[in-house]
Amino acid sequence: MISIVLPYLLSGISVGGQYALIAIGYTMVYGILRLINFAHGDVFMVAGILMVYITSSGVPLYIAIPLVLIATALIGFVIERIAYKPLRSAPRMSIMISAIGVSYTLQNLVLYITGGLNQYYPTIPFISESVTIGTATTKMVTIVTPILTLVLVIALVLLINHTKIGMAMRAVSKDFETSQLMGIKINRVISVTFVIGSFLAGVGSILYFTNYTTVIQTSGAMPGLKAFVAAVFGGIGSIPGAVVGAFIIGICENIIKGLDIILFKAGITTQMLGLTTFSDAFTFALLIVILIVRPTGLFGEKTTDKV
Amino acid sequence: MIRTQTNKQTTMKRPSVPTVITFFVIAAIYVGVFVLEQVVPSTSMLFTVLKKGAIYALVAVSMNLLNGFTGLFSLGQAGFMLIGAYTYGILTIPVAQRAAVYQYYDGGIVQFAMPVIPALILAGCFAAIFAFLIGLPVLRLKSDYLAIATLGFAEIVRSIFQWDKLGAITNGSNMLRLFPTFNDFNIKNADGDVLIYFSTTMPFVVVGICIAIIIALIHSSYGRALMSIRDDEVAAEAMGINLARHKQYAFCVSSFFAGIGGALLAMYSNSVQAKSFTSAMTYEILLIVVIGGIGSVTGSCMSAFLFVACSEWWLRFLDQKQMIGTWQVPLLRNGFRLVVFSLIIMVVVLFFRQGIMGTRELPDLFRRKKAKEAAK
Amino acid sequence: MKKALAILMVILMLIPTFSLAEDVVKIGVFEPASGDSGAGGKQEMLGMQYANSIVPTVEIGGTTYKVELIYADNGSSADKAPSAAQQLVSEGVSVVLGSYGSGVSIAGSQYFADANIPAIGVTCTNPQVTMGNTHYFRICFLDPFQGTALANYAFKELGATTAYCLAELGNDYDTGLAYYFKQAFEALGGTVMSDTFPTGNSDFSSYLSNATAIGAEVFFCPVSIAYSTQIVNQAGGQNVTYPIMGGDTLDNNKVVESAKGTNVKLLISTFYQEGGAPEFDEGFRAWINSDQEHLTNNGGNDMVAAFPAMGYDAYFVALEALKAAGSTDSKAVMEALWGVNYEGVTGAIAFDEIGDAKRDSAFIKTANTETGEWEFVTVQSVE
Repeated sequence: MISIVLPYLLSGISVGGQYALIAIGYTMVYGILRLINFAHGDVFMVAGILMVYITSSGVPLYIAIPLVLIATALIGFVIERIAYKPLRSAPRMSIMISAIGVSYTLQNLVLYITGGLNQYYPTIPFISESVTIGTATTKMVTIVTPILTLVLVIALVLLINHTKIGMAMRAVSKDFETSQLMGIKINRVISVTFVIGSFLAGVGSILYFTNYTTVIQTSGAMPGLKAFVAAVFGGIGSIPGAVVGAFIIGICENIIKGLDIILFKAGITTQMLGLTTFSDAFTFALLIVILIVRPTGLFGEKTTDKV
Repeated sequence: MIRTQTNKQTTMKRPSVPTVITFFVIAAIYVGVFVLEQVVPSTSMLFTVLKKGAIYALVAVSMNLLNGFTGLFSLGQAGFMLIGAYTYGILTIPVAQRAAVYQYYDGGIVQFAMPVIPALILAGCFAAIFAFLIGLPVLRLKSDYLAIATLGFAEIVRSIFQWDKLGAITNGSNMLRLFPTFNDFNIKNADGDVLIYFSTTMPFVVVGICIAIIIALIHSSYGRALMSIRDDEVAAEAMGINLARHKQYAFCVSSFFAGIGGALLAMYSNSVQAKSFTSAMTYEILLIVVIGGIGSVTGSCMSAFLFVACSEWWLRFLDQKQMIGTWQVPLLRNGFRLVVFSLIIMVVVLFFRQGIMGTRELPDLFRRKKAKEAAK
Repeated sequence: MKKALAILMVILMLIPTFSLAEDVVKIGVFEPASGDSGAGGKQEMLGMQYANSIVPTVEIGGTTYKVELIYADNGSSADKAPSAAQQLVSEGVSVVLGSYGSGVSIAGSQYFADANIPAIGVTCTNPQVTMGNTHYFRICFLDPFQGTALANYAFKELGATTAYCLAELGNDYDTGLAYYFKQAFEALGGTVMSDTFPTGNSDFSSYLSNATAIGAEVFFCPVSIAYSTQIVNQAGGQNVTYPIMGGDTLDNNKVVESAKGTNVKLLISTFYQEGGAPEFDEGFRAWINSDQEHLTNNGGNDMVAAFPAMGYDAYFVALEALKAAGSTDSKAVMEALWGVNYEGVTGAIAFDEIGDAKRDSAFIKTANTETGEWEFVTVQSVE
């Protein structure tokens, strides 16, 4: 039984770690601005495209990787300044629409630059190699991802709990107006949030596209949505929540893909049910259930509506 | 906001000059469309824009009813359109063609075909029923949570319609086609030559009736209750408005018309496939609503036509290499149209937040003009 | 401001009408230039462009016409296909070539029918494209044939008795080919497990695990280039033991490159084998290498896949029809197409009563995992 489930678990943990890195960006931005940054998944995709173009112009990997991460962080910063900052006092719906607009623009820009053709991600040595665990063979990245994710998350939590900017971020997410009155430079805090979020999305993109090697303008949409669901699932605004949520969603999704086989092998069903059709839908079903049963997610703080 | 509302009420009671002008403008548009259709060759891009524009206008207005007038931020429109489109397709494919369409499912289990109009109404009804069921749990959620939950529901609906086990009804993930389309409304002679064209007028009539119903609804006491929910939920509840019931009502009505819109879209594109009703479609409609002005029916209609015309027709030249003399215009190649288009949208979203119409309606335009003339 | 905008709009609308009065016959190219099948569509277009560069004029009824190719990108998706088809119709093309991918062809079909414009399918293999209409033709073989040929090969040559079949949800090409493969494979006495994945999926590791779990001896995935490269790549990462089989869509240099340096055994069926018409290969290679853009569109090197060859033949079939019709009127071309008999680089092309080319053999190729190139295996036909 274990040998049947193991490959799905491995895939799930790997993809879960990649979702986690994207989900942190969502959860941090939401915690501070109360904004679903629909463009975040596309920033992730743009990071992938940047890597393809930078390496194909002959830049060696050890320069290309930091370059991509810095560029991605910069893109996050610029997007916030251009598309969200002017709307800070506007209704929340306007900012969300602006986010959808940014997502639309990034996708079309990439469509134009790539000519709508799939781009092939460069092979990064070491993490692209095959490795055998028990009965399953997989790429090295599968093992590297969860470890790297945990390291980054711990670093981030330390940053938030023990530095000045971290304290400012916590204050802003608690009460936007009051912290402004207390002399916190709101714009700076928000920019830092976007930079960190985009940086992590950049790291996520390197891991993700090493595993799934083609990049196209729509590559960011589904991982983005799923990472968002993970953030809501774990309790939006909570970083550990987002990480746990992402792993749960990654694992569930891959189990669903293999559920027919697992049920069949376990003798529960006698024929294939075609359940793989629901591998994406399941994520959303999970989201709706959690929103209804526990709207604040697994680790979310309870907020009260002020009248 | 309050001002326009009172204006509308007075226009409802006794037909004032702007109302009469509005009536004539709309009548002129319909006559114009009908005449154009007889005169201009039917292969012109103009009709694509008119048909698709009309359909998008209806869907945008139905979304506006929720987002603009009730203040419920829902992103489930594509899901309801899908339900409408499938209902229409499943019910109207002629029995003789079913074996060809349901090629992998032995002709499917639905073995009758309905006329177009009842099928359109049923398409709306099914979408509304689904909306009712979805609304029960989801409408308790607030703003962005509601948005993401409805978006999720649209994705779930898409998967269900693609499920192989329902293939005998939905044809699995394969295309539904060969059902009656707009061209079947053209009046033809025995040789198959078209005598009178109705293929563009027909969607205009259907969409016109639907939008008229929505406008009537907005102006009813129900409509005013919905707007009060948007403006202040707590105050509205204090005034004795049953929040849950009114939200549910708006959600179902909006979905009903989105369903009809989906069915019309199926007629327009000659085929239906669950795959094409993605969240990107919902975003497009949302952008139409925003460009037109959140809270303006006229705005949604105008921007729907503008949006479709720009994306399908006017900006097409940006996708082709152009020569001015011997100079090749730089940047122009496949995909540039969409880049320009999305930049225009960003500009509207950032700098013209009111959209084309803000919250004004067609009669208000004539009123303002008159006032201007009087000032002169 | 508003007036200026209005004037601008009018000017924009007039721009496309600035064409010089010359004897021009327009051929519509209804192909995906973007999306999942974009790479394949571009290769087909290259074949047409190459053909057009060799023979840019055609003699119709005693007058020499310049042939102009009009492109419309159907975006590889059935919801973008209608407006692309409309665009070609509004340009007044005499005949349409395309598309790569059956779903888009079916979705655009009715628009050509309404305008009485004939269409020549290049590599759309689903039977539904030509069935029940008189305007859609095609020059390639069909899925019932291709699926059966592949099933025969898998069962008889590879000795497989259990097959795993993977198709994209809502892709008419995939589901069609998978269906016919399953029918044929089960008729031979094998067992098949069918699975599907949603559009935009990129994680195929679980599907590969599924195949391993049921003890599949062949993994059949007739999917778009975008997905097949990922499947082959991830199969390499998982060190799968079963061979991977695909249909004509996998005949692409990116797919074969992704098998390079792995242990994956990749087998595909296709319309043309490089070297089948040396003269064409040579000319096409030289033409590809003459322009960086062509090279990019061909996937980065000068490999000759089946699609350019098919696009090349489709162009000449269209010219034959125009000559036979003696007019640029699309209705006349449609009638003339039934009688066309053309000896192309991919074989003889003539249409049967449905409008399909009479073809009875498919080429089976395999990937050489050391060089990253295709190798010819056999010609498979169905008895």
